[in-house]
Amino acid sequence: MIRLRRACSSALLAAQLAGCSGNWQSALDASGTSAISLKHLIILIVAVCSLVWMLVMVALIAALWRSRDARPASPEPGRERRLTVAVTGAVVATVLIISTFTIMSFVATRALSVAGRDELTIRVRGLQWWWGLEYIGPDPTSRFETANEIHIPVGRNVRLKLEGLDVIHSFWVPSLAGKQDIVPGRSNELTIRAEHAGIYRGQCAEFCGMQHAHMALLVIAEPQADYDTWAATQRQAAARPTDEETATGLQTFLAKPCAACHTIRGTSAAGTTGPDLTHVGGRRTIAAGLFETTRGSLAAWTADPQTIKPGNNMPMVPLTPDELRAVSAYLASLK
Amino acid sequence: MAGVLLGLAAALAGCQREERQLRLDPPIADALDKIALMPNRIGGAPPDVYFVLGRPYEVNAYNLSQGKRLYAWFGCKSCHGDGRGGSGPGFLDGWWSYGPEMVSIFASIRDGRPHGMPAFGGKMTTDQIWQLAGYVQTIGSYEGKTAAPSRNDEKQTRPAENRAPAKLLFDEGPSPVHPDQGPTP
Amino acid sequence: MNRPVAAPDTRDIDIERTRLTDALAETWKTPSGIWGALATVDHKIIGRRYIFTAFVFLALGGVLAALMRIQLAQPEARLLGPDRYNQIFTMHGANMMFLFAVPVMEAVAVYLVPLMVGTRNIAFPRLNAFSYWIYLAGGTLLWTAFALDMGPDVGWFAYVPLSGPQYGAGKRADIWAQMITFTEISALAVAVELVVTIFKQRAPGMTLDRIPVFVWAMLVTSFLVIMAMPAIVLESTSLILDRLVGTHFFNPAEGGDVLLWQHLFWFFGHPEVYIIFLPAAGMVSTMIEPFARRPAFGYLGLVMALIATGILAFGLWVHHMFVAGLPRLGDSFFTASSMAIAIPAGIQVFCWLATLWDGRLVFKTPLLFIIGFIVTFVIGGLTGVMVASVPFDTQVHDTYFVVAHFHYVLIGGAVFPLLAAIHYWFPKLTGRMMSEALGQWSFWLIFVGFNATFFPMHILGLEGMPRRVYTYQPDLPWHGLNLFISLSAVILIAGFLLFFINAIRSARVGEVALDNPWDAPTLEWATTSPPPSYNFAMIPVVGSLHPLWDDRDSLAVANGLRTDRRELVVTTLAAAEPQAREASPRNSIWPLWAAIATAIMLIWSIFSPWAVVWGSVPVAVALIGWFWPKGAPEDES
Repeated sequence: MIRLRRACSSALLAAQLAGCSGNWQSALDASGTSAISLKHLIILIVAVCSLVWMLVMVALIAALWRSRDARPASPEPGRERRLTVAVTGAVVATVLIISTFTIMSFVATRALSVAGRDELTIRVRGLQWWWGLEYIGPDPTSRFETANEIHIPVGRNVRLKLEGLDVIHSFWVPSLAGKQDIVPGRSNELTIRAEHAGIYRGQCAEFCGMQHAHMALLVIAEPQADYDTWAATQRQAAARPTDEETATGLQTFLAKPCAACHTIRGTSAAGTTGPDLTHVGGRRTIAAGLFETTRGSLAAWTADPQTIKPGNNMPMVPLTPDELRAVSAYLASLK
Repeated sequence: MAGVLLGLAAALAGCQREERQLRLDPPIADALDKIALMPNRIGGAPPDVYFVLGRPYEVNAYNLSQGKRLYAWFGCKSCHGDGRGGSGPGFLDGWWSYGPEMVSIFASIRDGRPHGMPAFGGKMTTDQIWQLAGYVQTIGSYEGKTAAPSRNDEKQTRPAENRAPAKLLFDEGPSPVHPDQGPTP
Repeated sequence: MNRPVAAPDTRDIDIERTRLTDALAETWKTPSGIWGALATVDHKIIGRRYIFTAFVFLALGGVLAALMRIQLAQPEARLLGPDRYNQIFTMHGANMMFLFAVPVMEAVAVYLVPLMVGTRNIAFPRLNAFSYWIYLAGGTLLWTAFALDMGPDVGWFAYVPLSGPQYGAGKRADIWAQMITFTEISALAVAVELVVTIFKQRAPGMTLDRIPVFVWAMLVTSFLVIMAMPAIVLESTSLILDRLVGTHFFNPAEGGDVLLWQHLFWFFGHPEVYIIFLPAAGMVSTMIEPFARRPAFGYLGLVMALIATGILAFGLWVHHMFVAGLPRLGDSFFTASSMAIAIPAGIQVFCWLATLWDGRLVFKTPLLFIIGFIVTFVIGGLTGVMVASVPFDTQVHDTYFVVAHFHYVLIGGAVFPLLAAIHYWFPKLTGRMMSEALGQWSFWLIFVGFNATFFPMHILGLEGMPRRVYTYQPDLPWHGLNLFISLSAVILIAGFLLFFINAIRSARVGEVALDNPWDAPTLEWATTSPPPSYNFAMIPVVGSLHPLWDDRDSLAVANGLRTDRRELVVTTLAAAEPQAREASPRNSIWPLWAAIATAIMLIWSIFSPWAVVWGSVPVAVALIGWFWPKGAPEDES
């Protein structure tokens, strides 16, 4: 039984290695409105600073080069004066450069904080170690819960209300915007807007304990029509089991500890400690961005969460192989 | 020599109190589930493996603090309040309806008790039930254990478990003293 | 008062040289044997001990760094679990900051400042002994706890609520907080000693404009310690109170504030960076002179830059909190102040460049480390300017970019000068020279290894890799650079190993050093290598900033001090005119007892608040023993 579990998780790791890779979490691969302007600022500042460093290095190398010829060591007023002029000039240049930087960042900061009209509001809860999401619409029927995967329409401002419930986390999707901490007892906000459709990865950026390394989320920017379809699906209750295996899966889910922590809308499972699983099969990843969602990864994760993500709050629930198969089939069917 | 032994003892105690056992091997979890209860389901003996592990659910800080989280997550508060009781009995009045032993508390959580205590056996794993039992025992303890959890980041309703709230509240009165209970805890 | 009229004249006037040195050696000696070693108050012995201990902690911290690099060399590695990794990175940070960087700078000053200002012992020498024992106890506490799986796992910054009572299970965060208390006490004690030594014990004639730059740097640093440390005293105490007795300093539900922690921490934490950097800058300004064969260019500018840095250091802590959700206008103010600190840093760099430009360089190991320092520190300073910009910081905050930045500042900016200083002052510390060949090898290994290890981290940060992660997933494009970094770290470690081998070997079999092997201009080179217990047979009188260059053949001395008791000259603050003869305390075992009593109280108070009450009794007893008059000649006023 244990061997089976271990084998499952290592097979999964191998599968993961073969998975997609790319700069989908990089400040230099910007697709969000504010990330693009930040990228320009970063490139400009880095370029100026590199130039400054090179000038200093040229001066240093020249100084070392000069020293090869032996000259009298005693300071002489004329040379001292020339050195004073050179040093003063360099200091004045320093002052000018950093003043420019200060004004530039002030302007850029103002641009960041002036957000346009908010058209979509999402409540983002940072939790140890996953992201709880609540889409808030104009009326109560349009609100829905999901986890770890944010869908947004391209080209629209999306306001994220960041709510801390346990420790400090930091919401950061580098391709879309700079980070913003999630602080308990405080309400922080961040507005993001994607310029292009795509999948952007984000990760908690403030150390939040044992599984800080595995607290990722995906932001999926898609055309308005696709977003609307997705949101409509999310508002619905979970799909009913269609065959015998998934029906057994649902029964097992409800009978075992699973239902005490997870909600599946449309069933009696209404726990709130763990992520909402109503449409878990339709999400791209499970366990806060750890694995691609497949029946196999769901089974591995359910079988032994503490080996895959040690210290997370999901216990290892003893299930027979048949039960495990049924539960994973059921979860995978929750598109 | 004595110093070395003392140091070793301290080292072992330290390791045990702070170690974080994150994953309980299934055979051990199964073994931990096999408690021997007296026929009246009060008192009894935990399985041998419990002692082999060094009574981890009573002395280990991580287990106790996990127990505290489970107390909140599994809705214990809705009946037992912060330990003072509500529709269910309190843990702070020095009175344990089924005895203060870990096995009894474990059995109460796992199997439920008459008059409203539901069985959590199907909702929690064995590991979690032991963690919760350890925490519940700590709430009512008259000695503030060093490993016990401290206050939560929320409104304070009573001193935290490491301050031995049962002792403090008992000394304060006026909570009803159970007739069977002696003059001092 | 009722001293016998015909008391024998025991002053050092008209006395034969050998009789004088014999008498002084007898008065100032540290008895041999374990008891003598425990009771000594000689600043040189304590300073050497301090430096040695700090380097032991450096090596231990390096082992932790190596473990982290092995773990991060490949994605999803299973060498270390998250629990152990979090302890290791916390230990690495806390150890390097509190047990290595700050103490080692103070340790070098404990050894050198009294020699550089020409006095016989540091002010409050027993406090100095006490501070070392407390430091040792704090370091032992931290490492013992780590060995017991009880090491702090909340980061060296220990942000609440993660380190608070609800999320920091067990005693791990308390160990962190109490280790802070130990290092606070020892750092504050040394800071006070240094301020008094520099203000009141300078050799006659050493006016303010004749103080070596390193001594100025230590003066500014000591004031930073005195003003910054109380913030963290307050903080670590509040944390222990929150955790142990259930106060609510950081509990938002009861009116506490989570961000209060960050404000207090960085109000200490940012000056802390300058507490480490300023001594290093002072070392460079002092060491550059003998290797450039000319006075450092712009003495006034260098000193003013140190003071300006010290003042600005208190005005920029918020740049650690740019993404915490504070008002944007306030953030912009701190952008301006953080950028402004580039001005004094720039002044110093340009002055050093001017000195090198005009000097006739002697390419020995210390100069190599100084050049390496300029190359790397300028990078660290420029990335500092980058993260000072709020919008820039929102992308790189808490990523490997910041890891790269502060290692460039702390290793490039402080450890390089420190290694130069060890090579440079090694003859004064041990009486032997370090091997030049090994020194140059270790420089090149460290320089190349350092840059290859830390430069790629800038790129990793921009590519989105957050800090403090125990692993990363294989589908992220970071593994190539991480593997490269881990391999480069091997070169860096080899360099440090070579340095340690060189130091240990040279201390035993190195070439015997002359009194002034580098032909340096400052006073510590006016005495033997290593100096005798009384430092100077006669107190030197200083007539210029470079006494050993300007008065090369005959250094003036002052006399009139008694030889049968420990005495030193007290001078005026600005003009350094002799004011009085002041007794300096004898060896005493009581500082050790006081340190043990204090350590017991502090460690006990992790477990019970009553420790503060009952544990203070032995502390009081030890302090009474410490100050009880024992009829020594030094007790006369």
